[in-house]
Amino acid sequence: MTQAAGLPRRKLVVLGNGMAAGRVLEELFARAPERYDVTVFGAEPRVNYDRIMLSPVLAGDKSFEDIVVHDDAWYQRHAVDLRRGETVVGIDRAARTVATQAGAVEAYDDLVIAVGSRPILIPVPGHDLPGVVTFRDLDDVNAMLAASQLGGNAVVIGGGLLGLEAAAGLALRGMNTTVIHLMPTLMERQLDPNAAYLLQKAIEKRGIEILTSANTSAILGDGRVEAVRLEDGRTLPADLVVMAVGIRPHVALARDAGLEVKRGVVVDDFMRTSDPSIFAVGECVEHRGNCYGLVAPLYEMAKTLAASLAGEPAAPYAGSALSTKLKVTGVDLFSAGDFSEGDERDEIVLRDPARGIYKRVVLRDNRIVGAVLYGDTADGSWYFDMLKKGTDIAGLRDTLIFGQANQGGGVLDPRAAVAALSDDAEICGCNGVCKGVITQAIVAKGLSSLDDVRAQTKASASCGQCTSKVEALLAATLGDGYAANARKPMCKCVDLTHEEVRGFILSKELKSVPATMQELGWKTSCGCPTCRPALNYYLVCAWPGEYRDDAQSRYINERVHANIQKDGTFSVIPRMWGGLTTPAELRAIADVADRFKIPTVKVTGGQRIDLLGVRKEDLPAVWAELNAAGMVSGQAYAKGLRTVKTCVGSEWCRFGTQDSTGLGVKLERFLCGSWTPAKVKLAVSGCPRNCAEATVKDFGVVCVESGYDIHIAGAAGLHVRATDLLGHVETEEEAIECIAAAMQLYREQAAYLDRVWKWVEKAGLEKVRAAIMDDPENRRALLERFKKSQRAVQRDPWAERAAGREANEFTPLAVLTPIRRRMAAE
Amino acid sequence: MSIVMEQVDTWWFDCGPLQAIPVRGARIVRTPRRDIAVFRSANDEVFALDNRCPHKGGPLSEGIVHGRKVACPLHNWIIDLETGQATGADKGCTRSFPVKLENGRVYLDMGIAAAP
Repeated sequence: MTQAAGLPRRKLVVLGNGMAAGRVLEELFARAPERYDVTVFGAEPRVNYDRIMLSPVLAGDKSFEDIVVHDDAWYQRHAVDLRRGETVVGIDRAARTVATQAGAVEAYDDLVIAVGSRPILIPVPGHDLPGVVTFRDLDDVNAMLAASQLGGNAVVIGGGLLGLEAAAGLALRGMNTTVIHLMPTLMERQLDPNAAYLLQKAIEKRGIEILTSANTSAILGDGRVEAVRLEDGRTLPADLVVMAVGIRPHVALARDAGLEVKRGVVVDDFMRTSDPSIFAVGECVEHRGNCYGLVAPLYEMAKTLAASLAGEPAAPYAGSALSTKLKVTGVDLFSAGDFSEGDERDEIVLRDPARGIYKRVVLRDNRIVGAVLYGDTADGSWYFDMLKKGTDIAGLRDTLIFGQANQGGGVLDPRAAVAALSDDAEICGCNGVCKGVITQAIVAKGLSSLDDVRAQTKASASCGQCTSKVEALLAATLGDGYAANARKPMCKCVDLTHEEVRGFILSKELKSVPATMQELGWKTSCGCPTCRPALNYYLVCAWPGEYRDDAQSRYINERVHANIQKDGTFSVIPRMWGGLTTPAELRAIADVADRFKIPTVKVTGGQRIDLLGVRKEDLPAVWAELNAAGMVSGQAYAKGLRTVKTCVGSEWCRFGTQDSTGLGVKLERFLCGSWTPAKVKLAVSGCPRNCAEATVKDFGVVCVESGYDIHIAGAAGLHVRATDLLGHVETEEEAIECIAAAMQLYREQAAYLDRVWKWVEKAGLEKVRAAIMDDPENRRALLERFKKSQRAVQRDPWAERAAGREANEFTPLAVLTPIRRRMAAE
Repeated sequence: MSIVMEQVDTWWFDCGPLQAIPVRGARIVRTPRRDIAVFRSANDEVFALDNRCPHKGGPLSEGIVHGRKVACPLHNWIIDLETGQATGADKGCTRSFPVKLENGRVYLDMGIAAAP
């Protein structure tokens, strides 16, 4: 296919001498070594080297010589005229020439633009100070190496692939290194939050500090970089700042030459630009709307381009599936394709918390569409190969996640699989407990429950990952005797119960949803609508002020702080403390109802006023007006404190024994804002006639002459139940203290969605009474924990949103107004 | 006499940046005919459905998004974001609309979405 000898050689000019240019020439010389006289302009004053190996150079694993792709001899051998350090500044398409900065002009028959990309510099004040570098070429690496010899602090802006590799290298070189990342999780484009959690843990283990959701506002320094300031006001000392926030295709030359340019230089499937004698390849191009920043696509493009240049029939370039590996020693991470969350029909997840392994393969129609592997990436290329080929994996689906080495065997059901194990097979990796020990304990000690086995053998008592195996052993050993007291797992995503998950969140100090799911072996990548709101609550409760609430794991009512109605409108209920209101408040409510044409105004069963039928987009304005009259959210939508119903008590009533209204107001002000496992309603009655119906509330107080009877665990809904008497106290302060402590105990112990009565029935009234009434020290500790959590939440969610927080939640993304359609038929 | 014309043009309407939709969340696009719920998955995929659950017309945009599904806020029907079909034992389907993501912006084909 090469051209006939004797024809005049054509002139090929290549702009750029990076990996794309090098690969194009290599492919071209292999096909048609005699076709062109080649001139290459490279901006860097050196030969072609493997840019992706700069990280190992920074880390000290390789030298520059190790990563050279084409040495001087290669250029000589192929008679390539390499103009190193010469930058082309213009293309004259009519004359078919390029002009360099130094004024030289070079003619071409065919031109290849392979100028790559430029690192993005965030235009914050101080970004041009000496000491601020990017991570793109050898000069950048040399600058970092020079800085690292002086030691001190390095701040890397950007927690993507390049940023993390830079940070790992700098830390190895002895710098005190911090990574600032704008997004909540590292490498969010390549990793799901679960893998990102493991990665963050591994990077932090190297002594690198990672700040996520952190936005750089300025780089400070007098003549040289000294510190980085974040938007939240924190200032980090810095002797070196590396900006690694991304790359942008370098398109200036092409644009100036009048070629079609969008994000990158637009090329067709044969890498041709809008000018038929100009081609483009590599990171500077945009192909079918995509720009690439990894090496594999660039090699595929180079192959197509070289074939066209050689005059061969070229296979069109059809875009690339991408895979990523992080080049940090000791961190095994692989990601490829599309790994959208969730749909359990379409994903297979394997977690091994003890070994820090997370594997997730995403399937669609029995084909692999994505894979994320952490901790063990041996099968990355196997999955990626099947992904690219679109292999039907129906036949190996059951064993797919165990990797290529584990194919071929039959699959057993879990109970049979455990029964088939030998007695010395390890069941619990955390505590090193093997099967024989467990079965012997079950038989010899008459164990009948999982808790018994945990207590006696420690199996399944650490991470809980082997729970299903231990249960299978119990079932196999006890037969039908075990099924009777079967535990109820939280949901189909996990084998643990609510109580077990709560326990592990505290004992293992799990402080995020991904951390919890990984360490407790969740079987799905992102949970389901059952476990997500529960986990969010457990984390809110366990780590007040520290855990960041996940709005998308909350039910709509708690997300928008109003109650959704059947037509999609909302109801708004302001607090009326203890059922008290004023003429001014009532006027404000009336005005709001008029102004926003609120169709229904109703008195609720909890002694307050409900405004029904408010449009979502009106909510912030409605709240602002209620706020202006001194009213705040009644949290009538929350799994939290709803109302404190009161009677008028000793202030007016001839039978009243105590100030029940006053106590109700105090209780409501103290307890409001708190998140609880399910809604909590209180009432305070001023005498045993109990007009406030305190004996069917979650917590109730019935005032008597001698003080206050504290009631607990009433219900008057789907389930009707009179309260149990928890105890009697003499003062108002003690009453408040007891109820707050009981509320905290409920918050800490109950399963999500269990009302107080259900929790008390499960936990046992005596135990609750012992913890609250009989143990003043424990009661005070509970109270302190309650106060701490209240400090994190006691602010009006309405006022925050009326002031603009989460404004997006309340407005449409876009509004399309009708336009008159032109009648083409005229 | 009426002239029946075949509509061949697509009319991609720029609804705004993807970032304006919360991850695992949704926003609505209001059109004269209907509200369209535009969903964003954890993996930054976008889907567009008529903002009405096939069950009782609940606003799907307010539901909890998990994977490629959303739980209706009114009665917890689980709707497939790709097809609009109810999943599990429930039967019903809400209309889905062409939507695309380009350069970080969300486009709806209003030729279809705003048509009757």
